[in-house]
Amino acid sequence: MIGLNHYLFLATLLFGIGIYGVFAKRNAVAILMSIEIMLNAVNINFVAINRFIQPADTVGQLFAIFVIVVAAAEVSVGLALIISIYRQRKSVNLDDFNLMKW
Amino acid sequence: MDNILQFAWMIPVLPFLAFALIGLLLHRWPKLAAASSIGAIGISLVLSILVAIRVFSGDPGQVFEMSRRWLEMPGLKVDMGILIDPLTVVMLMVVTTVALLVQIYSLGYMDKDPGLASYFSYQSVFAGSMLGLVAANNFGQIFVFWELVGMCSYLLIGFWFGKPSARDAAIKAFITNRIGDFGFLLGILFLMILFGTLNYGELASKIAGHQNLTALLPIAVLLFFGPMGKSAQFPLHVWLPDAMEGPTPVSALIHAATMVAAGVYLIARAFFIFSQVPQAMLLIAGVGGFTALFAASIALVQNDIKRILAYSTLSQLGYMVMAMGVGAMTAGMFHLMTHAFFKSLLFLAAGSVIHALHEEQDIWRMGGLSQKMPFTTWTFVIGALALAGIPPLAGFWSKDEILLGAYAGGFTGLYILGSLVAFMTAFYMFRLIFTAFFGPNTGGHHAHESSPVMTVPLVILAGFSIGAGFVGSPLMGNAFGHFINAPGSAHHQANFIIMTVSSLLAIAGIFLAWLIYQKQAIKAEELKQRWSVAYNILYHKYYIDEFYAWIRKVLVDAAAALMEWVDLKIVNGTVNSLAYLTGFWGRSLRYTVNGQVQTYALWVVLGVALLLITALWTVFTVLV
Amino acid sequence: MNLNEIAFYVISGLTIAAALGVVLSRNIVHSALALIVTFLGVAMTFFELDAGFLGLVQILVYAGAISVLIIFAIMLVMHPDPSRTNLTTPSRDTNFWGGLLAWIIIAAIGIALGKNPWPIPQTIPTDTDRVGAIANLLLGNYVVAFEAAAVLLLLAVAGAIILAKGVEEG
Repeated sequence: MIGLNHYLFLATLLFGIGIYGVFAKRNAVAILMSIEIMLNAVNINFVAINRFIQPADTVGQLFAIFVIVVAAAEVSVGLALIISIYRQRKSVNLDDFNLMKW
Repeated sequence: MDNILQFAWMIPVLPFLAFALIGLLLHRWPKLAAASSIGAIGISLVLSILVAIRVFSGDPGQVFEMSRRWLEMPGLKVDMGILIDPLTVVMLMVVTTVALLVQIYSLGYMDKDPGLASYFSYQSVFAGSMLGLVAANNFGQIFVFWELVGMCSYLLIGFWFGKPSARDAAIKAFITNRIGDFGFLLGILFLMILFGTLNYGELASKIAGHQNLTALLPIAVLLFFGPMGKSAQFPLHVWLPDAMEGPTPVSALIHAATMVAAGVYLIARAFFIFSQVPQAMLLIAGVGGFTALFAASIALVQNDIKRILAYSTLSQLGYMVMAMGVGAMTAGMFHLMTHAFFKSLLFLAAGSVIHALHEEQDIWRMGGLSQKMPFTTWTFVIGALALAGIPPLAGFWSKDEILLGAYAGGFTGLYILGSLVAFMTAFYMFRLIFTAFFGPNTGGHHAHESSPVMTVPLVILAGFSIGAGFVGSPLMGNAFGHFINAPGSAHHQANFIIMTVSSLLAIAGIFLAWLIYQKQAIKAEELKQRWSVAYNILYHKYYIDEFYAWIRKVLVDAAAALMEWVDLKIVNGTVNSLAYLTGFWGRSLRYTVNGQVQTYALWVVLGVALLLITALWTVFTVLV
Repeated sequence: MNLNEIAFYVISGLTIAAALGVVLSRNIVHSALALIVTFLGVAMTFFELDAGFLGLVQILVYAGAISVLIIFAIMLVMHPDPSRTNLTTPSRDTNFWGGLLAWIIIAAIGIALGKNPWPIPQTIPTDTDRVGAIANLLLGNYVVAFEAAAVLLLLAVAGAIILAKGVEEG
């Protein structure tokens, strides 16, 4: 029988993959993609816990919707930032973005 | 006429109004400023006379009081009000009369001064504060006005602030008074704590009903600190001679007649406290008697006309305080009144001389003034005779009352001391007179008599100096003493022997001065040579100022050095080490800022992982 | 193994494989395509969890709009050689520690999940109006958050336009 644990573990795996992506990639767009994966993992948690612990109401789904809203905003602004930086430095490699240091 | 007492509150308020008027509107027109100031004090005088008539004709024991709550906090309530009883009436009369005459005199004395408007505004605020002080009905109010007159004294001593000596004298007066006022304030606060009120009447009834009076001893001693500073009694006397740096009318009004007498007035006002504590009375009598002798001995050898008068004032204040201490409260108040008249006369006459001689104050450079300034000379002589205690002038009756009080109260030592001071007083006053007014014209000056605006107040004050004594003399049945009629104050029958002895001593002093300085039968220079050690000690005022300067140098400078060390090493050190620590961590940790956003994220996720593990650990231990 | 379990494992495996494809691929276009598959997998997981509306939103917003946005961005900033567009970072430290942290988090939560049997699924009435319930919440208790989200989106749009357009000098 598939229980809450299965879904939570699925979410954990996705989250871990997202974390690895954030650290391992050098392309800024790829990092944004990894962050999207992490946000999706969180959404799975919300919906699964809502489904198994408190099936009568839908607050968990509601929060998932808010997460999607914020994620959409984040992606649009993030991509705009990346394009803006690319225009300045002709690169999307995070290694090249190290102006703000000691 | 019956309800004149309802308007008595205007007596102190009017000069304050004049002060506000001058300060806000009239400071550009000195003559108008002077007119408003004199007008205000004149109306106050008229009101005081009306009040005096009302009180004098009424029932002697009756007291008129009105007050409003001024401030209130937990444990402290201060009212502002007026209390009209015979004691207040006497002080109101003295203060308004002398203040009016001095202000009129100032018109002549200060006429060329550019700061005339501010001078009169200070005079007004002083008059208002002094009247508020004497009319106060509680210790809180008296303290407020006490500080105000101290401030006026400071402003007026330093009136010619271009002179460094005047500035220093003003600061010295202020600081010395601060020491006394600190004790005074502590005494007032203790009264508040112990009895819960500061009103004279309520305190008097509470103290009368109080069983355990041991706590009153420290209170009485602390309260006596106030008079010690304000009336310049022995350890705190040093400011008064230096206060002569101010304009001479100021010296006459503030530093001879009124403000310095406030201390004596306070002892009289708080007599219901002091009279309960014999030890405090003994202290007061001792301090007063010592100051009287001490100051008189210094006055013997001084050369500055105003300083001689200043030490004489100190000596006479000591007399009054001594009178309070031996229980002869009415005698002390009586002497306060007569002294206010003849000492302000002496100061104003001295001011007339100084004005005529263009700020010359050394008596050895005067001489021969009797022909050129007859009014000044003869009024000065009248004042000196009154001060010396020659019958039947004012000083004779009041001084005699004090000596009688000391003798009859069983203080034989103080009686002998007082008689000695009377002899010395006569001597130094007539040393001054024979040298400055009758001796040869050694300074080569061209003095001329002052204008009537200055001589008329002199003549009026001379009249008071002659006549004011009779109100308290046995000839009129000690009317003054019965008028004051304070509880706990002693009355004694007139003693003819004491009168005779004190008069003879005064005449002897005058005769000795005549021998030395007029007839020159005894050479003053030879005396000076023979007694050079004593002369030097007296001339240097017992080296008290030098002693205080040494104390300041040793104690205050050492404390300041300690504080500096604490400030530099400990306070600054703490702050600097904090700054250094912050800088150290900043320098150390900046290498973690490498500009790589992924490194930063690494720290964030590391934190997340640690939080997660901690949280899960807690959950495991709780759940499993 | 009933149908539900088979479906769960198939969908989960697909999702995880696609997510690994996103982070492991060396070509950014492949990553983007794998990301779309991941989003679809998550949407199917939502369907499994009786969250049909959310699954639809997921498909519309993520698999539709955001993916297109990302692909547009990739096209705009693409490296000439597509096979070298999505390399791992040269910094071994970040690489290693990031991976380690990912494993630590997975392990910690996995152990916690293994030790705590969570409630088994409760059967719920299928005729419940879940979309209506969400709508009621959105415009009822959470209306302030709803409006705030609307403002956030508006600002994000404005900010994105300004950033992407660039500020003209002078």
